Amino acid sequence: MLLQPFHGGVRLPPHKPGDAAPAPQSLPLPPELVHPLPPPGASGACAVTVGQRVRRGQLLAAAADARGAAVHAGSSGTVTAIAPRPVGDGEATCVVIATDGRDDSAPLPPLADWRELPRERLLERLAVAGVVGLGGAAFPAAAKLAAPGTILILNGAECEPWLRSDEALLCHGAVEVLAAAQLLAHLCRATRVLLALESRMHGARAALQAALAAPGAGGVELVAVPTRYPVGSERQLIRVLTGQEVPSGGLPRDLDASVHNVASAVAAWRAIVHGEALTERLVTLGGRGVRGAGVYRVRLGTPVAHLVAHAGGYTDAAARLVLGGPMMGQAVVHDAVPVLASTQAVLVLGADELRAAAPERACIRCGDCAAVCPAQLLPQTLLAQLREGELEAAAQQGLSDCIECGACAWVCPAQIPLVQLYRDGKSALQVQEDERARAAQARARHLARAARLARDAAERVARVAARAPATAPAAAQPAATAPATPAAAATTAAAPMDKAAVLAAIARGRARRQAAAPAGREDAP
Amino acid sequence: MTATLLAAALLLGLVALGLGALARRAGADVDLAARIDAVLPQTQCGQCNYPGCRPYAEALARGEADIDQCPPGGDAGARALARLLGRVPKPVNPAHGTPGPRVVALIDETTCIGCTKCIQACPVDAIVGAPKLMHTVIAAECTGCELCLPPCPVDCITLVPRAADAAAVPTRSTA
Repeated sequence: MLLQPFHGGVRLPPHKPGDAAPAPQSLPLPPELVHPLPPPGASGACAVTVGQRVRRGQLLAAAADARGAAVHAGSSGTVTAIAPRPVGDGEATCVVIATDGRDDSAPLPPLADWRELPRERLLERLAVAGVVGLGGAAFPAAAKLAAPGTILILNGAECEPWLRSDEALLCHGAVEVLAAAQLLAHLCRATRVLLALESRMHGARAALQAALAAPGAGGVELVAVPTRYPVGSERQLIRVLTGQEVPSGGLPRDLDASVHNVASAVAAWRAIVHGEALTERLVTLGGRGVRGAGVYRVRLGTPVAHLVAHAGGYTDAAARLVLGGPMMGQAVVHDAVPVLASTQAVLVLGADELRAAAPERACIRCGDCAAVCPAQLLPQTLLAQLREGELEAAAQQGLSDCIECGACAWVCPAQIPLVQLYRDGKSALQVQEDERARAAQARARHLARAARLARDAAERVARVAARAPATAPAAAQPAATAPATPAAAATTAAAPMDKAAVLAAIARGRARRQAAAPAGREDAP
Repeated sequence: MTATLLAAALLLGLVALGLGALARRAGADVDLAARIDAVLPQTQCGQCNYPGCRPYAEALARGEADIDQCPPGGDAGARALARLLGRVPKPVNPAHGTPGPRVVALIDETTCIGCTKCIQACPVDAIVGAPKLMHTVIAAECTGCELCLPPCPVDCITLVPRAADAAAVPTRSTA
């Protein structure tokens, strides 16, 4: 099959020795599991209470919305707290479970006859089981699969250095991956199924070919894509495999394609065939700062400290802890955070594996960032616009198309944190959009109120006229003074308040409260 | 002779320019006002000295108001107005108020006497309540315009940072 190159990208040192990934190792159950609840309004969605015993796979919180996913207990035990805990580089309300070691589970009824079941029933199961994308974005699989695509692409190209979780799955679980491919092809109504893996994954390729030779398997094309970061990104992979570009602001479904990570596909298959909720994932442990590097089968909610301790502990070289890949992952300051569905890797990088910290210098206009940008943006222009606060102009330049791969910052000789700027800019754009939605709502309510006031005024006039039919000419007079249009009504109703009056009211309230506070204390016994 | 001709040409040119400007102003206009209204924050607070965002937008479209009169929009809002109207950007005029974090009104329910005066003042119908019954603010609808503060006879309304910004953590835990 003819592969197309994608624009830009960088070649990174792989840090992946050997032809095949090591087999996933199991980890003893941690004494405590920490499951973040979906934000916001988390307490409303929470389905358990403190002190309750839960089993593995039991629902802790239902999905908050279409973009959220249901959360399930990683093992059996007792809920000891529902409280804010550190998660990633922030904090979230979490369900904390003290595990009891029995690890008994509460599976959903298996749907072994999925070929006969309606599509909606299967999608509903995926939503209930909390299956999300395991490639890093953790987007709900049910929402993503709701849009069918004639080309199904299974993404096994984890192009970031160190990451080997998907490769380990392909090497040691090829049969499951192919079974999952058939399920997803059924769900997408796909006519063509491609399984993309990197050209250096020789072990995975051999395992998949062996599995494909088995009777009943098949219908899946293996495609080895060149290892060039970020080929594993959805849009770039589509470009490489089909030669087509996902349009700006569009989705793969616009090209009739559907891209799913191989691990997510297997999670979806297990949820349907075995009735298992998403409670574990493969996590790569790597870097010179940790002993026992490899791939681990980790329950979601396991504290990173537990994983590191059981793998062999930190070495003296440990300099930085990263959740996820070195390019798109998140550096965290301590290891008390849990492994989430989006945590493909836990990297403890040594000082020599990090780029030497150097102060940022002025942009020298070398253009390297534009050359490597896979989204074909102009990073220099965006930099200037964002530094000037020209968010709108940056949006017009395609800021939202940035996939945050970090290639620009990686090649920048002036050490400008470009991708961080774009990430901040994108969240600022999101905030602006939310503000605009709020403003539109306020405008609509304001207009509705003006219309109501005008209607009230007109009704009052009509009532007066009806009450005194004899003095009709006189009654017509108030009608003339009544506001004629909604806008005029709004003007009279919401006459500008005297600013001094507002300030005086605030001051009055403050003084009264201050006066009331000591008095209240005296009243108390 | 040449000077006279030149002067006449100049005069004609000026007249043409003036007419053009007048024509533009006459057509200026519902569409422009709507576009200005679209970038205003819709707090309906009246701090611009106009009775709401739309009247301010119309005044701007007529060229009667300046772009620096909207404190809730902040300097970014003033910049957006400058870009839209082709004027020189400038910060918000402190005479109209100082830009700050977005707030919502909060009624102290133990003090509220249920007079309904704030309900009548609210430009976006974000306060619910009935006579002699406690009132409360629908935080999601409140624009933080402060118009409910002056009418309150018992001063039971305060302004608090918006919940979404303060990231209110639910406190249902640790029994």
